[in-house]
This record gives sequence, structure tokens and C-alpha cells, in this order.
Amino acid sequence: MSTNILDPNSWVDKYSDYLFNYTIVRVDDAEIAKDIVQETFFAGLKSMKNFKGEASERTWLISILKRKIIDHYRKINSNKGKAEVRINYNSDSETEGDWLEERVADPYDSTVDSKIENKELGLAIHNCIQKLPEKQAAIFKMKTIDGFETEAICNEFDITSSNLWVIIHRARTAMAECIEKNWF
Amino acid sequence: MSILKKIFVSCPEANHFCDKNQYKEASLLDKIKLNLHLIYCRACRKYSANNGKLTKLIKNPKVKSIPISDKELMKELLRKKMSE
Repeated sequence: MSTNILDPNSWVDKYSDYLFNYTIVRVDDAEIAKDIVQETFFAGLKSMKNFKGEASERTWLISILKRKIIDHYRKINSNKGKAEVRINYNSDSETEGDWLEERVADPYDSTVDSKIENKELGLAIHNCIQKLPEKQAAIFKMKTIDGFETEAICNEFDITSSNLWVIIHRARTAMAECIEKNWF
Repeated sequence: MSILKKIFVSCPEANHFCDKNQYKEASLLDKIKLNLHLIYCRACRKYSANNGKLTKLIKNPKVKSIPISDKELMKELLRKKMSE
């Protein structure tokens, strides 16, 4: 079995978006998610000597991230009473007199499922992006998700525009195939 | 003959227009050539459909990435921690 090596310098470029999407599905707040990802990198750095090289870098970081997310929930729930569920009887004039039973979620509401799906979609897409070669992934992300101009990217990577389109084309073909396999 | 060749484009060219079109960077002439090509080319129709689907998926507001400036900040902090 090949041994994996850790390279903290490449963590942000390689994994931050994937970890970020992983977190945002679970905490639903971009700022908090960013902080948790940052903390994960720090924690990874701290415990680098415990890395046995059995798992891939990403798997290892994800396992730290999971702990961090749990920690986050512990922290926000530590104040006594916050864990308690409180429902006040509705006193709005519009819903006055409604019973609690009438306020439960509608089981036939299809938007709930699609909302969850949308969140996981981000994760699936970033997962596919990670499978692309590094340069393709970087350019594809800049162009498609961050919406940079063609010219700006060409300058950044020092390539011609036709070169860029070839890279984009290859990336799109690979992405379409990957998403087809993992999503639909 | 040369005019015909200009209007009837090859598959790689059509794909190039299609890619451009996903970023709204194709000119009107490009789009006309692309659509003309799609009429008779089945493989490119499939590619175009898939390409469009991909764009739609990524346009989804839930697909996010960390802004580059924030990433730089993260790298900076990480570097600082490493040198400690």
C-alpha cells in the first residue's frame, strides 16, 4: 500500500472548497463554515505527526472536520436551556386559535426534498472538480463558479484564449461525465 | 465552396461555440453556426444538451466556493501557524 504524505501548503488550494461545501450543508452559514474549515486546517497541522499515511489527505481532513462540526454544535448548545425546544402558542392575529397540529410541516411539500438535494449538489460538484487535473480544476472553477473574465484568467495563468477554451472544453466534458455518474 | 465551409462548421468548432455560449460569450454568428450544425449532427446535439445541463447545475445558488481573497487569508494564517 502506498503511503500518503501531508502537504499543508497545498491544503487551501486543493481542499478548502470541498470542505467548505461539506460544512455548509451541515451548519448553513457561510461565515461559520469558513471558520470551521480554517480551524480544521489548524488542527490538521497540529496533529500531523499522528497521520499514519493510511488514508488519503482528504479523508483525513474530513475526519477532523467532522469533529469540528460536532464541536461547533456543542458550543452553541452549551448555554443551559438552549437545547430545550420551546414552542409558544401562536398569538399572531392571523393564526389565532390554530392548534399545534396545524403547524407541523406539510408531508406533501416537495420543496423540502429539493432543498436538501440542492445542498448536496454543491458537494457533488466540488467532488467532481477535485477529480480533474489541478490546472483544469483551477481554471474551470475561476471561469464557471467565480465568473472571472476570459482575459483575466488568461493573464493569471499566462495562456492564450484558445488554450483556455480547450482546457474549459476538456474540463466540461469530464465534469459532465462525472456528474452524470454520481448525481443523476 | 469556401462560403459553405464557413457556414457549415466542423464538430470541434461547433463544440467550441457551444462552450462559449455557456458563458454568454458567443457572438450571434457563432450561435447561428452552432444551431445550424446541431440540426444535422446528432453527437453535437447530445454534447450541447449535456453542456447546458452542467451549466444549469452549477448556476444553482447552493454551489459555492470560498472567495479568493479569503483563501489567501487562510493560507497566510496557516503559514504563520506552521512557522510557530
